[in-house]
Amino acid sequence: MLTLTHFLVLGAIVFSISLAGVFINRKNIIILLMCVELMLLAVNTNFIAFSHFLNDTAGQVFVFFILTVAAAEAAIGLAILVVLFRNKRTINVEELDTLKG
Amino acid sequence: MNFVTPDFMPAMPEIFLLSMVCVIMIIDLFLKDESRGATYVLSLIALITTAFLSFSNYSEQSITTFNGSFILDPMASILKISICIIVVGVFIYAKDYLKDRNIYKGEYFTLGLFGVLGMMVMVSAGNFLTVYLGLELLSLSMYAMIAMQRDSIVASEAAMKYFILGAIASGMLLYGMSMVYGVTGSLDLATINKAVAGADRVVMSFGLVFIILGVAFKLGAVPFHMWMPDVYHGSPTSVTLYIASAPKIAAFAMMYRLLVDGLAGMHADWQMILIILSVLSMVFGNIIAIAQTNIKRMLAYSTISHVGFIIMGVVTGTQAGYGAAMFYAIVYAIMSVGAFGMIVLLSRAGYEAENIDDFKGLNQKSPWFAFVMMAIMFSMAGVPPFLGFWAKIAVLQEAVNSGLVWFAVVGVVTSVIGAFYYLRVIKVVYFDKPVDETPLQASMDIRLTLSFNGLAILAIGLYPTALIALCMSTFA
Repeated sequence: MLTLTHFLVLGAIVFSISLAGVFINRKNIIILLMCVELMLLAVNTNFIAFSHFLNDTAGQVFVFFILTVAAAEAAIGLAILVVLFRNKRTINVEELDTLKG
Repeated sequence: MNFVTPDFMPAMPEIFLLSMVCVIMIIDLFLKDESRGATYVLSLIALITTAFLSFSNYSEQSITTFNGSFILDPMASILKISICIIVVGVFIYAKDYLKDRNIYKGEYFTLGLFGVLGMMVMVSAGNFLTVYLGLELLSLSMYAMIAMQRDSIVASEAAMKYFILGAIASGMLLYGMSMVYGVTGSLDLATINKAVAGADRVVMSFGLVFIILGVAFKLGAVPFHMWMPDVYHGSPTSVTLYIASAPKIAAFAMMYRLLVDGLAGMHADWQMILIILSVLSMVFGNIIAIAQTNIKRMLAYSTISHVGFIIMGVVTGTQAGYGAAMFYAIVYAIMSVGAFGMIVLLSRAGYEAENIDDFKGLNQKSPWFAFVMMAIMFSMAGVPPFLGFWAKIAVLQEAVNSGLVWFAVVGVVTSVIGAFYYLRVIKVVYFDKPVDETPLQASMDIRLTLSFNGLAILAIGLYPTALIALCMSTFA
């Protein structure tokens, strides 16, 4: 039988993978965008698990909003990525170093 | 389950603004580039009317509607009015700057207005969902505004950095919210506040840490400040104006709603975390700012130190402390919009007055604007009788009153360190020879608004009691 703990552990693992991905990855911005999406999915897992075990629909409604915002966020992120690529001809994280000080 | 029609009246300013933005967006589609001024005028009308509606909506009691997800209280009304007025200033300063750089498009104004809507939703949020939606509406508008200058390498890089870090911060905030939801069984801040006492401490603290992390990022407190200097520096100054001013007021409101309205029962837990954030922000913000030669970066670090002060007011956990923090947030936004307005004033087509050296000899070009710059810098440093002094003293007083004397001492010492780089700008303005002899070319509306801005800093500084009393009374 799956309990709440199983889902929470899954959520925590996915969340950690996405965080690790953000900090370890030094090559490609697209991977960063994927990690951000993964992070939101971990949160969604948490919300749905809690919502199910609490018998409260509010959490599921929240998930719909998160999914919608995540889609908008991905659209803007990819648009910025295209602009960045046109200007710099690279999407390497390490080469984003024009601004410092 | 019965459906009850919610009371729409408390949300009237937001509903009006939303309809206006949609109308402006459609009108803008049919405008030619030379008649873009219509979008600008309509945006200003929309903002002023929204401010007026928020004013007429003012109520002494706290009213909730939409099943508790929308709160209208005195704090919300005052913050909404200040946000609208400050964004009016931002748009006036930005207009010529955008024209000179060929980015005078309707998107700047519609995105800016959507951002204002997001801030207003955040300020009135009574539910995790409204906090999150308001925050994302604001953040997504800001990412797009930064990237609007499409041919600029620094702007697109700043947008990308801000986007990635902002998205991670939202993810953290949401993770914390999911934990708190799981323990308390509700997304409603008032219900959560009641349930905190009986909730599991460990999971609650876990959620609390993630929520504070998200809030600290949006405020720009050390150690979550990495994005601020880069974003302030890389964005076109017209957008930096926007990012640096009104969103900080909204971030203060978000911190208040989440930590005080929602998690007041965990005051002892979040107080310690916030004290660390605040001390680090004041120390690092002020010390690193000394080393900057770019004035936008310098102002970014100065913002970090101001954020430390705003947090100091909230840390006290008293009603007067929240009032002082709110007063500080509003004062900060007025000063910040003026400081970036000065950069716009000195810039012209093909020339960015980004370095502190570009302010050399401003006194010989225009003694009046040299005085305005001095007023803004003295105010930021906290020199009486300018406005910033009263904001600092209000916060410090509340810190002392609640027994955190050492904390107030840290605030004073770091302010003295900070005075160095503000005074350096004043020295450059008054005592150095101008490098660039071209006279100021800014148009009349920028000059008038900036003069008004500078005078407001001085005039409210001379008679601060009304504004302080207003902020204090909202929490009484």
